Amino acid sequence: MLTETWVVFARQMKQQLRNPVWVFFGLTQPILYLVLFGPLLKNISGGGFNGKNSWNVFVPGLLLQLAIFGAGFAGFGIIQELREGVVDRQRVTPAHRSSLILGRTLTNVVTIGVQAVLLTLVALPFGTRPALVGSIIAIVVIAVLSLGMAAASYTMGLILKDEDSFAPMVQGVSLPLLLLSGVLLPMAAAPGWLRHISQANPLSYVIDAVRSLFVGDLSSTTVVKGAVIGLAVTVLLGWWATRRFQRDSA
Amino acid sequence: MISAHGLARTFSTKTGPVAAVKGVDFEVAEGEIVGLLGPNGAGKTTTLRMLTTLLTPTSGTATVAGADLITQSREVRRRIGYVAQIGATPAPGTILGEELVTQARLQGMSKVEASARLVEMLPRLDLSGFEKRALSEMSGGQRRRFDIALGLMHNPKLVFLDEPTTGLDPQSRANLWDHIRALRDEHSVTIVLTTHYLEEADVLADRLLVMDGGAIVADDTPDALKARVCPATSSASASTATWRSPRPSPAKRCSRAPASSKAVDWCSPSNAATPPFLHCCAPSMPQGCRSARCRSTGRRSTTCS
Ligand SMILES: Nc1ncnc2c1ncn2[C@@H]1O[C@H](COP(=O)(O)OP(=O)(O)OP(=O)(O)O)[C@@H](O)[C@H]1O
Ligand SMILES: [Mg+2]
Repeated sequence: MLTETWVVFARQMKQQLRNPVWVFFGLTQPILYLVLFGPLLKNISGGGFNGKNSWNVFVPGLLLQLAIFGAGFAGFGIIQELREGVVDRQRVTPAHRSSLILGRTLTNVVTIGVQAVLLTLVALPFGTRPALVGSIIAIVVIAVLSLGMAAASYTMGLILKDEDSFAPMVQGVSLPLLLLSGVLLPMAAAPGWLRHISQANPLSYVIDAVRSLFVGDLSSTTVVKGAVIGLAVTVLLGWWATRRFQRDSA
Repeated sequence: MISAHGLARTFSTKTGPVAAVKGVDFEVAEGEIVGLLGPNGAGKTTTLRMLTTLLTPTSGTATVAGADLITQSREVRRRIGYVAQIGATPAPGTILGEELVTQARLQGMSKVEASARLVEMLPRLDLSGFEKRALSEMSGGQRRRFDIALGLMHNPKLVFLDEPTTGLDPQSRANLWDHIRALRDEHSVTIVLTTHYLEEADVLADRLLVMDGGAIVADDTPDALKARVCPATSSASASTATWRSPRPSPAKRCSRAPASSKAVDWCSPSNAATPPFLHCCAPSMPQGCRSARCRSTGRRSTTCS
């Protein structure tokens, strides 16, 4: 099963790296966020959130946003693979269905991981002050979450089989998830009703954990809660994806 | 090798259920080349996709290569090769050699075995020198040969080929026919293939399953079927007679040919007992004959002197 996963991963990774447009935008996207959006936020918040460094609040949010969109649109590729017959020819081998899906999602995890590290590094000169160990753990948490979300995205691709319905679907799901998690601005600023809705969003807990980790708070219940919820979401989505990959393509 | 019982598949679509395959029964013996023949939408691909575990049958059972299709699907996959009907153009960045090795490795071969097998397969399918080429930059026929190589990388004992020669030039087609026959003769591989070409079915298959509307309407050797479709032809010309499958053959309706004593009907109507879409046609223009347009109907007919 490990070999199969590796074989699928290597295939997908090579394909991605051969696409120069993809590599370019993949790497510049996080930087664009920082340069074009970050300064706005700083001025709006008057330089800080409750006395905190605004960059330390903003950058973790961007990390999660990378994961949500990066993993969310992962399924685009499988629609083309479905048409080419790649999915069928892999499915007709004895390889485990979970390897076929895991190999693909790991490609996205690696991509998101690299983007996240890059984003954090570029954020340093802007005034971000992340804790070393904490921010590494934060990126791991984000990587784990994107594993499940990418798996779910591939599954949606298999179900919808068509880019024209896939794109609005992903937008429609990821945008509310994003807004309701306080990724862009902390939910502390929200009115009561909005905060209640946001409490039903598992990502809210993940972002809280990522923000705490980012500033070096490693052991609070916020962190444990967020990490456990992130892991649970991934396990659930991964299980669903594998089941769906097992079923026929009708 | 294959034993199918009441295999059926119904698709649910927006316009209601479509019974693509309506309970087929058949056997395929080891070392046999069996052709699945039938018009578009007959259910050939659906049958193949069920036998290769890609589609779950709505009902029915089958044993494929000694394993149960439903309960031992993984075992079935280990033993079979499958070449799908032609698909969309591959994404840029897919390299032929890499893709063949990936496929072999997913089939359980080691890296070394897979690379050795690649070296062996490329010349067999006239793909020497294409190893490093991107699939998106290859012609349709070259890609088709790659598709076929994919299904054969792991030396399966049972191979399913869905319209293997569609898109191939005559030379490549003949090479592939040789290759398929060699697979059977030298490596005792059992082969199930679908085709629209009667001449291909004739040349390759030991036995034909004729499908129409989701059912098997005939199961016989090519010669026996031909004798049924062209009962009037003498035994000498029966071996050279070709068949036509597209349903309304325009020439067939040229019944009011000019009243010439030696007028030859290009196609005669099919025998009622034969599959409805097979028609007997003269192989090629016989010697001393010329083709002319019928005045009355505007269609072509042949007169012989
Ligand atoms: N995924 C699907 N969903 C709904 N209907 C389907 C699906 N696949 C096939 N069908 C229907 O099932 C019938 C049989 O299709 P199938 O692809 O098996 O035909 P075929 O004999 O392979 O035809 P062709 O010669 O064109 O390849 C057709 O009427 C087709 O419309
Ligand atoms: Mg077909």
